[in-house]
Amino acid sequence: MPRDNNAQRWQLETHRTDGNGLEIAFAGRWCLDQALPFPDALTTELTDSIDRLTFKTDLSSWDSGFLAYLFRLLKLCAEREIQVEQEGLPEGVRQLLAMGNAVPEQKIAGRESEKPLLFRVGSAMLDFLQDAPASLDFLGEIILAFGRLFTGKTRLRWGDLWWEIEEVGPRALLIVSVISFLVGLILAYLGADQLRMVGAQIFIADLVAIGMVREVGALMTGIIIAGRTGSAFAAKLGTMQVNEEIDALKTLGISPIDFLVLPRILALLLMVPLLTLYASFIGMLAGLMISVTIFDIGLFEYYNQTVSALELEHFMVGLIKGSVYGAMVAYSGCMRGMQCGRNATAVGEAATSAVVTGILLITISASILTILFYQIGI
Amino acid sequence: METPISIEVRDLTIAYGDHVVQHDLNFTVNTGDIFVIMGGNGCGKSTLMRSLIGLQRPAEGSVLYSGRDFWNVDHDEHQRLKRRLGVMFQGGALWSSLTLAENLALPLNQYTGLSPQLIDEIVSLKLALVGLAGFGEFYPAELSGGMKKRASLARAMALDPDILLIDEPSAGLDPLNARRLDELILELRDSLGTTVVLITHELASIMGIGNNSVFLDTETRTMIDTGDPRRAVQSGDPKVRHFLTRGEA
Repeated sequence: MPRDNNAQRWQLETHRTDGNGLEIAFAGRWCLDQALPFPDALTTELTDSIDRLTFKTDLSSWDSGFLAYLFRLLKLCAEREIQVEQEGLPEGVRQLLAMGNAVPEQKIAGRESEKPLLFRVGSAMLDFLQDAPASLDFLGEIILAFGRLFTGKTRLRWGDLWWEIEEVGPRALLIVSVISFLVGLILAYLGADQLRMVGAQIFIADLVAIGMVREVGALMTGIIIAGRTGSAFAAKLGTMQVNEEIDALKTLGISPIDFLVLPRILALLLMVPLLTLYASFIGMLAGLMISVTIFDIGLFEYYNQTVSALELEHFMVGLIKGSVYGAMVAYSGCMRGMQCGRNATAVGEAATSAVVTGILLITISASILTILFYQIGI
Repeated sequence: METPISIEVRDLTIAYGDHVVQHDLNFTVNTGDIFVIMGGNGCGKSTLMRSLIGLQRPAEGSVLYSGRDFWNVDHDEHQRLKRRLGVMFQGGALWSSLTLAENLALPLNQYTGLSPQLIDEIVSLKLALVGLAGFGEFYPAELSGGMKKRASLARAMALDPDILLIDEPSAGLDPLNARRLDELILELRDSLGTTVVLITHELASIMGIGNNSVFLDTETRTMIDTGDPRRAVQSGDPKVRHFLTRGEA
């Protein structure tokens, strides 16, 4: 309990003692909940003429604040070669200061916090260049794993595959429905505006049908799956990396690629084409509803126009694109997860990078496939 | 420093839904104690600690800090009481995206109005106290298991808690490092007057530094003894003696 108001606050006085000594008198309350002074303020008193420091204390209470003050003060004195006599300090304080100085400070070389800009640009570039062989390496491992699967050298865990299939397929239906419906609606409006000028509004049906089946259905599904499933793959595999679960598989001689990556890639390869078909269908349904209700096109007229516009090869193109996008998402999600570092930040980075890589790969392969199909005329 | 606080546990029942983990716990932790919560695997030691530090509301009963009912005071008082507890989690629970120095400085920046210079000084003092002087710029992932334990002890002490709660301090440490950590805890208690609540099934720690304890039984799901473990091994309940002598008595 404080004895008076002065005891509520820290107090500090310095006196010159005989010869070259300085005495510091601490009194009152030296606790963290108030603004404590910093010992560097004493430098004016700690002149060259002083070679001995003593203490006198009359403290009502103290905590780490007081300790930190003394800790710093002792460092200052050591720099100035001032001899310190700790007898005047409370017993507990002396013990803790002794503990704090028991292990000498480690001088660790080469830990600069701020690197120059050019250095950071360069090292980012090197990281990027190193990423390419690592990605190819991972691709190679997946191909080898498929080889083992087809030659019967590894057994697929059907339970895991079914679980992944349910997770990436049926559970994505709702979001795929909503987005495909709205995209179908946008396509119908876009077509209606342009085609009205030439009085050919009935061709909304062709635009929506071919657009959804060939391109947009697969593209939207790919992007949804990249955001929804690619990130989940990376986060889950990354967390398993943090918990050393992947190391545990390796030490048992089980290939983490066979065990964890194969079922995920297969699940996406099987499900994304189906989701693509479903998305195209929902998009066409949206086009039909908008055309019939808003643009006064007859229901059967629209239906017949759609049927005559679609050919089998449109579906083939859509399905091929869907499979490729699914493979890209599975590849980037699993790769980033398996490459994950061993802490919480790394898991976040892996998930982000999985989505970014996935969407980038989808866009690149979409361009290549579109040009390719145009060249071979389907 | 405010008046030192003690812990009283009254008729406490802890449960997950309908599954009762422990019931009818009654014990007192006095100021300055090194109090050991002991018992076999799965008896509810860690769950009990979660109730003591405000992470899990007990099903029944109360936890009193110096007479104030921890789970039934208003929000501000609850937070104030929490701030007087320092917790060292089993896995260390250091924030992996922050350096050691930032880990220690975070509570100080949050709850005190100290100058940045003084916070730096407190951080380097606390690191020095646990033998990690100079490691402030390291990230937790760059440390060994024993260093992480000591760093997390330093973080638990950052705000000069009145009560330090430690879950399995020696798990994953070699016997010498485990003993050094025990000695460190003892020295900190002696110099700072901190009360320590220790969850452990490490016999060396229980007998070496504990002066008060409670034993949680896995079968009956309640406590069967409380008091000095050195007395318990002589004259306590047969189950406690059995536990404390590794099944030899």
